[in-house]
Amino acid sequence: MSFGPFLLLALMEGMVMAAVLALTAVGLSLVFGTMRVVNVAHGEFFMLGAVIAWFVADHLGGAAWMNFAVALVVAPLVVAAIAVLADRLVLRRLNYEPEATIVATIGLLYILQQAALSLFGPDARPVPAPFELRLQLPWFGWSGYKVFVILAAGAILLAVWFLMTRTRAGLIMRATQIDRDTARAFGIDTDKVYALVFGLGAGLAALGAVLVVPIQQAHYLMGGDPLLLSFIVVIIGGLGSIRGTLVAALVIGLSDGVIAMFYTATLAKILATLLVALVLVFRPQGLFGAKA
Amino acid sequence: MTARILALHLAVLAALFAAQFVLPSYHVTSLARIMVLAVFAMGYNIAFGYTGLLSLGHALFFAAGMYGAGLPALHFGVGGGTALILGLLAGGALAGAAGLLALRTAGVSFMIVTLMFAQAGYLTILYFAEYTRGNDGFPVPATARSLFGFALSGDRMRYMTALLLFSAAMLACLALVRSRFGRIMVAMRENEERSRMLGYNPYAVKLTALAISGLYAGLAGAAYALLFGYAGASFAGIQYSILPLLYVLTGGAGTVLGPLVGTAVMFWLTDIASGLTSAWLMVVGVALVALTLFAPRGMLGLIRERWAKWLP
Amino acid sequence: MTRTITTPDQTVLTRRKVVKGIGAGLIASAAMPGYVQAQAAPLKLGFQVHRTGIGASYGRWYERVANSALKVVNEGGGIAGRAVEIVFEDDGTDPKRGAEVVEKLVSQHKVDLIFGPLFSHVVIGSAPRAGELKVPYLVCSEGNHVASGLTNRWTLQPGITDVRSQVQAMAPWVAQNLGKKITMIYPDYAFGHDHRDSFEPAIKAQGGEVIAKIGIPATETSFTRYFAQIPRETEVIYHVMIGPSVLTFVKELGEFYGTGARPEIFGFIDSLEGVDMTAPGLGFLEGTHFWEGQCRYKQADATDAETFYRAAVGVDDNGASLADPKDVSTYAHMFSVWETLFVIKAGIEASGYQTTADRQKFVEAIEAMTAFDFGREHPQGEKIFNGKTHQAFGIQNISKVTDGKLIRVHRTTIGDGLYPDQVDYTTQSF
Repeated sequence: MSFGPFLLLALMEGMVMAAVLALTAVGLSLVFGTMRVVNVAHGEFFMLGAVIAWFVADHLGGAAWMNFAVALVVAPLVVAAIAVLADRLVLRRLNYEPEATIVATIGLLYILQQAALSLFGPDARPVPAPFELRLQLPWFGWSGYKVFVILAAGAILLAVWFLMTRTRAGLIMRATQIDRDTARAFGIDTDKVYALVFGLGAGLAALGAVLVVPIQQAHYLMGGDPLLLSFIVVIIGGLGSIRGTLVAALVIGLSDGVIAMFYTATLAKILATLLVALVLVFRPQGLFGAKA
Repeated sequence: MTARILALHLAVLAALFAAQFVLPSYHVTSLARIMVLAVFAMGYNIAFGYTGLLSLGHALFFAAGMYGAGLPALHFGVGGGTALILGLLAGGALAGAAGLLALRTAGVSFMIVTLMFAQAGYLTILYFAEYTRGNDGFPVPATARSLFGFALSGDRMRYMTALLLFSAAMLACLALVRSRFGRIMVAMRENEERSRMLGYNPYAVKLTALAISGLYAGLAGAAYALLFGYAGASFAGIQYSILPLLYVLTGGAGTVLGPLVGTAVMFWLTDIASGLTSAWLMVVGVALVALTLFAPRGMLGLIRERWAKWLP
Repeated sequence: MTRTITTPDQTVLTRRKVVKGIGAGLIASAAMPGYVQAQAAPLKLGFQVHRTGIGASYGRWYERVANSALKVVNEGGGIAGRAVEIVFEDDGTDPKRGAEVVEKLVSQHKVDLIFGPLFSHVVIGSAPRAGELKVPYLVCSEGNHVASGLTNRWTLQPGITDVRSQVQAMAPWVAQNLGKKITMIYPDYAFGHDHRDSFEPAIKAQGGEVIAKIGIPATETSFTRYFAQIPRETEVIYHVMIGPSVLTFVKELGEFYGTGARPEIFGFIDSLEGVDMTAPGLGFLEGTHFWEGQCRYKQADATDAETFYRAAVGVDDNGASLADPKDVSTYAHMFSVWETLFVIKAGIEASGYQTTADRQKFVEAIEAMTAFDFGREHPQGEKIFNGKTHQAFGIQNISKVTDGKLIRVHRTTIGDGLYPDQVDYTTQSF
């Protein structure tokens, strides 16, 4: 393939990767930003969303777009409910202490993974996209659904941004983020806020998964990759900054795609990984975070 | 008080020595594995438990030890003693180098930077598969699997070597944490600002602690390769960064014996659970959650809090 | 070391070949199953199974096949007149745990021998421990690591042809029927490198050429951008992928070429093992070719042995579970477990194995074998066995996707896959 189309494809694929990153990271960014909780099980919430999408598609047996629509509602709700439960039963009792939370969420990760393995099985399973559309360019073909994923990621980010900055709920969350004790003194039930934020974060991960799973597959180990990447995006973007999350997702997605053009794939991954690490080293507060 | 501490630790070593004559052979080998992994966890504890550096990249230092020992053995036929020392140094050197950069950050960023370094290290092993044998790994040649003329593949020799390394590591750790430097490390964990004002250089202290931690990890990685005869990229994967954290938190962060207790508990918990049910991950998960809820300072941390304040 | 070459036609009782030179007594005990029967304790076989981890979708089927073969063996009177049981232990598809499992099976469960693992890093990680414990370790992993000399005297692979041989056997047919300018796409780690390093010289020998080698990192979940590196003049794409993302890989390949012109596509079924061929997005595979160890779809000329095996392991004509047509088996590979169990049977009966003290005799008996006949015990096909390299060599199949099903279009000969010995384990000490 000649250089032009090659670059075009790399950019398009980079955009998809950025969209996937943004979708997985936005929930984590909320939780991380508001609660300062490192949720190691975040990737598993993503996995659960994908698995539920498969169950819906498999058991409902309707048209692909109908299954998709149902999964879009059911998966986030179920996963959010699980997350709220986990918050109530475990995290709150730990008083969100950083180290204890890490271990507890590692435990949660194992529990969710095993539950998926036992109920869903070890196979990777495909979930049909709501519509089949292939864009045939002169040089290569491309999945039309990927364009949809990019647009949907943009819409969800916009919605979250709106929620955080333009609504009362967002105001309360930001207040809790900045100073939990003062927020409580003003009569905010911070326990409730935390539970809801944790649920919302998990629900967003599940929502992202329902969108992403047609271009990947549902698998019980699929949570590891998004976890790693979304952490990176959140940190690079700056804690709790939606704009930062978006920019970081774009930077990482596109650089990964373009670097892969010039080096062999594994070397490209090494370079991209080191690059991200160095950004953190020399700008630890992230690209958009305030100086800590 | 010092006598009491010394007595306790020597008693533990004596018990470990005696265990090989009492336990069934499966558990003797398991205990040898546990002791080597406990050295790894002890190293992690020096960085995390005492100095407060939450790293998610220790798999890199463990793998550095494993390959630092394994590769010269594979390609140049070096002997066991040399391989062990090379592994130890590789772990320390890599930890020092990673620390130079990573310690410019703190907290969650430090966690992520170390994780990224480890990930890059893992991919590097895969990239140079021609030399490292990549994901498949390689059996460590017999020439390197002997010390002072004794074959490390023999069960008795393996156990004694593991015990010897563990004892040395544990006594060194005990000496370290009771030394002046050990107290400075804890001061970094408790309040970095204040210790800076007292005239300590936090960067240098943390870098030293991390390098020592890397020496431990390197030694453990090298010993694992030589004693159990295999080096492979899976040991550089992220789960080998999480494992020592788990061991330390289970046993009790900031206690000398905690890593051993944590490693043993987690090892046998996994082992027994996987025998009882195919859902052994669930058992481990529930145990972890229960641990954080009911013994948040780890097992020895709980004991220290309740009954034995003198525990180092 | 007593080792005698037998002629391929020597048949002892159960359609297997056993060396003459081992001793009349041994043959006698093999020929008289039931002669130690009365109070003999059951034979205990250890099975290292990938129940969790990335090998789990294979492991589940390997466990099923092992149990099915066990049933057949026990209904046929057991091994050397003794009932047989299998102890399964999960290795998490992890080499560290793998070595521990070997230990556990031997020291705690007191098994007579161990078999079953597939993933090569687990095999390479566990083999040293099996060697130290001096326990026969019969692997089903296809890797070249046994025949290349990386393992030890106690490690054998009698149930499946290794990758090097499989790949080499593909080259003549690919060059003659599909094209000579090949682009290879493979996972960028050892398993993929085996493919890369074996296929390149093999295709060169056929006058072909590998014009591009695209290694894909192990952690990848998205593949389209790698396809951009496929040179325009490519005549054949050779693909092999493994792990949970295989379906995505194949689907994206289809999207990439779409309705436009595309090269011929030849793949190893590993890229779709355990995956339903009718999954959405796979329509473009129509007319492409796959290597199969054993044909997933029941062929028109299926033999009695094949039919018997298919029914015994609970698989329907499309290669899916009889209980759930969506549960597609790892049919192309899993016969190795079945055949390995019957090699174990033959080895134990030929060696007169009684207790764990006879383990060395068992290995020697297997090393003395030279061929396995096609039949219910070896439903994939006849094989020759190289006692020096501990490796079996068999027939390979090339199938074409026709109306969404894999229909065999070519069978290689065993000779296509032979290569010079890389090791002689029989010169190593036990």
